[in-house]
Amino acid sequence: MTRMHAFLSSDFFWKFKRSPVAIVSFTVAMILILSAVFAPLIAPHDPFNPGSLNLMNGFSKPMEPNQFTGDTFWLGTDDQGRDVFSTILYGMRISLFVGVASVAFALVLGVSLGLLAAMAGGRTDAIIMRLADIQLSFPAILIAMLVFGIAKGITPVHLREEMAIWVLIISIGLSDWVQFARVVRGSAMVERQKEYVEAAILIGRGPIAIAVRHILPNIVASVLVIATISLALAIIAEATLSFLGVGAPPTQPSLGTLIRIGQGYLFSGEWWILFFPAGTLLALALSVNLLGDWLRNVLNPKLD
Amino acid sequence: MALYILRRVLQSFFVLLAVGLVAFSMFRFVGDPVDNLLGQERTQADIERLRDVLGLNDPFIVQYWNFLKDAVQGDLGVSFRQGRPVMDIFIERLPATLELALISAIFAVVVGVVLGVYTALKPKGWLTNLILTVSLVGVSLPTFLIGILLIYVFAVELGWLPSFGRGETVQIGWWTTGLLTGSGLKALILPAITLGLYQMTLIMRLVRSEMTEVLGSDYIRFARARGLTDRSIHFRHAIKNTLIPVITITGLQLGSIIAFAIITETVFQWPGVGLLFIDSVRFVDIPVMASYLMMISVMFVAINLIVDILYVIIDPRLRAGENT
Amino acid sequence: MALLDIENLTVEYPVRHGIFTAVDDVSLTVERGEILGIVGESGAGKSTIGNAVMGLLSSPGRIAGGTVSLEGDRIDALNAAKMRSLRGKRIGMIFQDPMTSLNPLETIENQLIETIDHHLHVGTAEAKERAIRLLEQVGIADAPNRIKQYPHEFSGGMRQRVVIALALCAEPDLIIADEPTTALDVSIQAQILDLIKRLCREENVGMILVTHDMGVIAETADRVAVMYRGKLVELGDTAQIIGQPQHPYTKVLISAVPPSNKRIDRFTRVDYAQSGTPPKADIDLNTHWLGDGPARQIDGQAMLTVASLNKVFRSGGGLFGGKAQENHAVKDVSFHVKAGETFGIVGESGSGKSTIARLITGIHKPTSGEIHFNGDPLHEKPKTGEEILRRRQVQMVFQDPYSSLNARMRVGDIVAEPIRVNGTAPSTSAARTIAADLLALVELDADAALKYPHAFSGGQRQRISIARALASRPRFLICDEPTSALDVSIQAQILNLLKDLQAKLDLTLLFISHDLPVMRQMCDRIAVMRYGEIVEQSGGEAIFTAPQHSYTRSLIDLMPKFEPDRM
Repeated sequence: MTRMHAFLSSDFFWKFKRSPVAIVSFTVAMILILSAVFAPLIAPHDPFNPGSLNLMNGFSKPMEPNQFTGDTFWLGTDDQGRDVFSTILYGMRISLFVGVASVAFALVLGVSLGLLAAMAGGRTDAIIMRLADIQLSFPAILIAMLVFGIAKGITPVHLREEMAIWVLIISIGLSDWVQFARVVRGSAMVERQKEYVEAAILIGRGPIAIAVRHILPNIVASVLVIATISLALAIIAEATLSFLGVGAPPTQPSLGTLIRIGQGYLFSGEWWILFFPAGTLLALALSVNLLGDWLRNVLNPKLD
Repeated sequence: MALYILRRVLQSFFVLLAVGLVAFSMFRFVGDPVDNLLGQERTQADIERLRDVLGLNDPFIVQYWNFLKDAVQGDLGVSFRQGRPVMDIFIERLPATLELALISAIFAVVVGVVLGVYTALKPKGWLTNLILTVSLVGVSLPTFLIGILLIYVFAVELGWLPSFGRGETVQIGWWTTGLLTGSGLKALILPAITLGLYQMTLIMRLVRSEMTEVLGSDYIRFARARGLTDRSIHFRHAIKNTLIPVITITGLQLGSIIAFAIITETVFQWPGVGLLFIDSVRFVDIPVMASYLMMISVMFVAINLIVDILYVIIDPRLRAGENT
Repeated sequence: MALLDIENLTVEYPVRHGIFTAVDDVSLTVERGEILGIVGESGAGKSTIGNAVMGLLSSPGRIAGGTVSLEGDRIDALNAAKMRSLRGKRIGMIFQDPMTSLNPLETIENQLIETIDHHLHVGTAEAKERAIRLLEQVGIADAPNRIKQYPHEFSGGMRQRVVIALALCAEPDLIIADEPTTALDVSIQAQILDLIKRLCREENVGMILVTHDMGVIAETADRVAVMYRGKLVELGDTAQIIGQPQHPYTKVLISAVPPSNKRIDRFTRVDYAQSGTPPKADIDLNTHWLGDGPARQIDGQAMLTVASLNKVFRSGGGLFGGKAQENHAVKDVSFHVKAGETFGIVGESGSGKSTIARLITGIHKPTSGEIHFNGDPLHEKPKTGEEILRRRQVQMVFQDPYSSLNARMRVGDIVAEPIRVNGTAPSTSAARTIAADLLALVELDADAALKYPHAFSGGQRQRISIARALASRPRFLICDEPTSALDVSIQAQILNLLKDLQAKLDLTLLFISHDLPVMRQMCDRIAVMRYGEIVEQSGGEAIFTAPQHSYTRSLIDLMPKFEPDRM
């Protein structure tokens, strides 16, 4: 309870309350995330249950009764008669799952390697950071595509569909760890020079205790900011890969997959199949991005 | 200074070797080349003979060396999917990508620097706030969505510009250019904006933050205290100091444009190497993937070197000694 | 008519809760050829006066009242263009840090010529001649050649000379110097102060010298204005202010400055602002945890012996080669510290004095040489658990009160950590009680333990840092510039505290500083270092009264003299 109280009276919360951008983006992000998590409860239809689909419902316009069946769909239906609103909820679930999982993967990998590089120094540091530099000179999305291509080449053909989501997570995670590693290493190097670390050595703390108990708590802010911004980037990366056809398979469509499908109907006038998933993706990415930007300004960690 | 550049060249060389190793490992271990070359009707003897001919029984280092030797001579293997030498396909497609990248790079740098300087000099204006808000939306919009949006507005609704392809092209030697025909130029506009927009926002934000920092520095305060004009302070003292860190990152960004072209080329069905690459990933065409990786890294390394040299030219601290 | 006449100047900054008055109703005058010192501790508003005169107040500050006149003409309400034509032309300014005051990408020549031509419109050729003359005037040898160089090719002291030349470009009537020597070493500081004084007389220029350093004031200023929290508390001739201060704050300030010419036991009268200090805690060492632990050393015996110590730092040379740079930071250093005494190491920046501290504490490994503490070889790895514990008796108080405490830990945990890590208390709650006792011992309130470091001022943080060192039950305390980041009255408090603790706990101190007057107050014996070598060591007073080495003599000669009893 005292912790809650301390949080509510903190500068952090005070600044949050006074920033409309932060409040709106936090609210939007929370609504989107919660509706994705509880999609099975909210969605009016189960788009992946072929039994519940009626082909006659195909291409229903939003908010208008279907000319054959008379059913009304909020955001319309696609060619198969699937409710667009429901596919968006389920698609967002996959987009968010891939985004969060790949950021978590990148975070664990990047923070560990960054701390290791900073604490060990010398050759270990040089090798890790040289590797990071080389990778950083290529755009993350390219790295993700390459990893995806290679992983696809390695997985047996009959498993490709099943493994696609996990391959996607690893591809995006591997393309993003460098951000964490660089920032953590940079901040840890700065912290390591500080006199409180010397004091900790003097009282008999070992290197691991110093890294985990003294240095890590002082760089959490940087990691949090990078994680938030990375989440937006990961969601966009996933959508991009899926849009390009090298991501989530049609059996498990993410927002990117839905946009890829919808793009085909743009010229024939069925705009809603494309626009609603695209709008959702934009709202999700923008709200997380705004939140990250606000966090960066408030926590003001030194990021390069 | 010569030493500095020499060391950079050496480093670039190691980077290329490392990337080459990755590319080679892809060739060698992802999808057995023998499987790909021999049909279903094959004997163990056929396999062994082919392994020998292809040098697959040689030690790893020897194979790697041969791979590098071939790559330097332009032999990048044969595409699994098209059955043609990868080098031929690249030469055919490279001009389209390079022209697109060049135009969007110019767009990104010019607009990015101008907007960045403007927003740094007028931090409180309404236009600045508008630019910054739009740029944040821009960063959150995936490139492919920007492309689709532009197509919808300018091609589908207004019908002003083509939605796909390069338009008419002119052949100059082996180079095909779309820059010399009206339809070619028109076809370039939407893809170039799509591709450049993201880099532009990044450059703008970078220029803005660097310039803001420089404007707060002691030597700018001292210049003010000496009564120099705003014009001299902003455009003589501040800009040059801003550009040093900007050059490095911008250089890297420009390298990324070529790679980001993959997405734009897919949206606009632009017949460049990016479209080729994404097809190769979809169909696991390893030789094309590996060669693309090599090609991109050669370009990155070249850009990096140019950036380093520029750096030395601008910054006297590097030009003089190299005791930094 | 005075050259500069400031009347009832008030400067305000709107902040989150209302308005902060940085300068409160201040009236001053400056005459031609006169140096007016403005002195005060951090937050006194002394720099703000200079910025207000220049029209360079940082946003959102504003002049809320009063007038500023230059030779009778009001300049506080001029428009931007008129103010700009005044800056540099009639009022010049010198900044604190010469390393950052010059544009790194332009030659000295370009920066000088631009400024001269801008104000005097004399054309490039004439401007260049003037520029060279200016450089010669501020004492830069070989000016015609050096003018072509970039700022990074000049040393700190030389850069400050260039900065002064730039301020003099248009022959201003008034110069505002804001802490012009704070970033410089003592020997360079003396040269720059001499230069400033000479130029003032020769050019008949008026000068405002803003500084926190009473020694600089005593050496340089004709008259002194003493500021405290935005208010001008006393104004008078330098000799009067230092010799017979009238205002209670000035008295505190003067008595807190370590005199350069004699040793005093304690600083008297060190608290003007604090209303009632917390009651001093008394700990009975016979029963308290702090009195426990390994047996003491008899006073007068060598506790720490350093023999032929060397440290070479290698930098550069990564995976891809490149030339490694060698820096011989400590060269063949030998000394010993006797139990119960305070041994001082003094030297300018880069002399290797802090490196020695870090070699003793084991943060750095010596390249060669030996360090023995009560017989244990500190230059080798400890062999037994007992030896590790004995080494904990060497503790340290650091220079920077901000970076020396972990911002994410409560103060109580910071102080209790050594007790818990070394298992010297039976339980966590016992450790907490001991930590509370230690905080009381360094005169902090009881509720300090529950707060985070950011709730404390620099001086209080230094107290926490001392309490943390005590939590290892040290016999030997290294103090590395423990007060150089503090205001002078806080410095006096911390130095008093260190003396008290030393007497009470029978501590042996290794005191490292660049500040000779402080050393004189603290140390029984002193070693003088330069370029990694000890050039001289002898009894504390002897260094000052009978310096042997020429370098020591020049240091003593150049240190700002602050001798209130001779004023």
